[in-house]
Amino acid sequence: MKILRDLLRYNREFLAGVVLLGIILTMIGLSLFSPFDERTIFAVPPDMPPSLDHWFGTTSRGQDVFWQLTAALRNTLAFGILVAVISRLIALVVGLTSGYLGGKVDQAIMAANDTIGALPHIPILLLVYFVMRDQMSWVVLALVAALLGWSHDSRLIRSVALGLRTREFTRHAVFSGMRTLQILVREHLPYVVPILFFTAMNNLIWAIGLEVTLSILGFSDINRPSVGGMIYWANSHSAMVSGIWWWIAFPMVFVVILFLGLFMLAMSINEYIDPRSRLARMGA
Amino acid sequence: MNVFINYAARRFAQLVFVIVAGVTLAFVIAHLSPVDPVEQSLSLMTGFSASDPRAIDSLRQSLSELYGVHGNIFDQYLIFWRRVMTGDFGPSLSAFPTPVMTIILRTMPWTFGLLVLSTIFAWIAGNTLGALAGYFRDSRILKAIGMGVMALQPIPTYIVGLALVILLGYLWPILPISGGAQVNLAPALDWTYVRSVLVHGTLPALTLVLVGLGGWFISMRSLVSNIVTDDHVIYAELAGVRPRIIFSQYVARNAMLPQVTGLALNLGHVFSGAVIVEFIFGYPGMGRLLITAIYAGDYSLVLGVATIAIISVATAMFVIDILYPLIDPRVKLG
Repeated sequence: MKILRDLLRYNREFLAGVVLLGIILTMIGLSLFSPFDERTIFAVPPDMPPSLDHWFGTTSRGQDVFWQLTAALRNTLAFGILVAVISRLIALVVGLTSGYLGGKVDQAIMAANDTIGALPHIPILLLVYFVMRDQMSWVVLALVAALLGWSHDSRLIRSVALGLRTREFTRHAVFSGMRTLQILVREHLPYVVPILFFTAMNNLIWAIGLEVTLSILGFSDINRPSVGGMIYWANSHSAMVSGIWWWIAFPMVFVVILFLGLFMLAMSINEYIDPRSRLARMGA
Repeated sequence: MNVFINYAARRFAQLVFVIVAGVTLAFVIAHLSPVDPVEQSLSLMTGFSASDPRAIDSLRQSLSELYGVHGNIFDQYLIFWRRVMTGDFGPSLSAFPTPVMTIILRTMPWTFGLLVLSTIFAWIAGNTLGALAGYFRDSRILKAIGMGVMALQPIPTYIVGLALVILLGYLWPILPISGGAQVNLAPALDWTYVRSVLVHGTLPALTLVLVGLGGWFISMRSLVSNIVTDDHVIYAELAGVRPRIIFSQYVARNAMLPQVTGLALNLGHVFSGAVIVEFIFGYPGMGRLLITAIYAGDYSLVLGVATIAIISVATAMFVIDILYPLIDPRVKLG
């Protein structure tokens, strides 16, 4: 708690990140009270500019932009969190095992790790979408994204685990008869938790970016509202050309808010974890 | 020299490994899917008309031959490898009967040119700004630039591109927002054509540079601010070496090394960005080809582009890794 208060007081990035994400979370909270079903089209008169009745206007498909946006932000964030959680688990298992075992096994695992890191994501995801077509749901997409997005972070975790491996307490644990799994979970895991949090933020940014991009192209379940999906529909109705700017502008503004908020938060967490930059901030 | 050959051989083995893994992955995705490409193409082709069942049967036969999906899964895998090796992905369905490889080769120079230019530009600009910001930590101007550059970096490529289209295409139309060159111009090596290509490439390249700058900026700045406090830099300062020399030879040169490795690691990411940018600006490269092929349901074209993309990215990484010893003598000496 004290940490949080100090961060809010002394770290401007943290404050900005909290405020920006606060806006997003408020929107997501509001999605619970939406008067419209998120998948229904032509629930309201189409093409209305922003007014008191419809704060952000309405779309050509007869949806209220504000309430669509609340549902879209919720779905988009849910996707990002699912990807981050799954890929964190993979990175953790791979990184800790590889670092603890060391030697030839470590080399083999890291070779495989680097191979996955070297593959370009978008072509692979597009290929997956292409062959799945209508069977593609956001959960499948999240799963594939998670399988692609862990390799960089498992290397980070592994480098820490590699250092823990030769430490005194690990040897004690081995001699006192702890099983490997126990050592990894009870002794080594606490050391990598900070990295886990920091990489989770970066991974979240990456995953949400992926979701926004793919759904803008229409390569997802387009009837489930998402921020990218809204822009997809706006593009397919040529909203820019026909002057329905609010249909594109508001989703874009909120995408920017979401990403800046996450980025600020990630940066301040990184700074908090890395003591060198904290010293630099204090003027040492 | 021996050490270098050793290094290059190890990198080459890695390249082969990545390509094998990538091609296998593309194969697995394409063949373990619940959707049968033959049936899918069949329904695309015969969807709007009633056809003779016998004709459909023979069509099905020739399609499965075309896609290499007859025989057991192992045979199919071998067939797929033979196709990758010979660069023969069969004819494209949406541009029948042009071979897939011909279409890919036509789009490749566009993607290659766009990517190489914008990546180099983003890398140089980001690293220069980052190094300056790390060295002159109190400069207000550099701080302001840094804020702007870093704020752009997390935003998805598409959003930045779309914003540029709206700003420089609609509100203040000074740049063309679509295509690779003027439509009625024949490709030739004269100034009008080259200029048209450059002008059309400005917005896509600008998008890629704006998105790419921030990453280089952040890592370069933190690298430099660590090196600045190193003993050899302090010694050089005390010895009265001119600041410009300290900056370029003592600080920036050392900080550059991890950034070159970073460039190789980042290529896959950069390529993904290019796919999106090409789509926004209707740029005639591989990315747009991939997306339009998906919209058209062109199985052989999608598989071909995805495979070639994986192989090209891996090869480009290899090339950068091979060039690395040129700037870092330690690798050469071992």
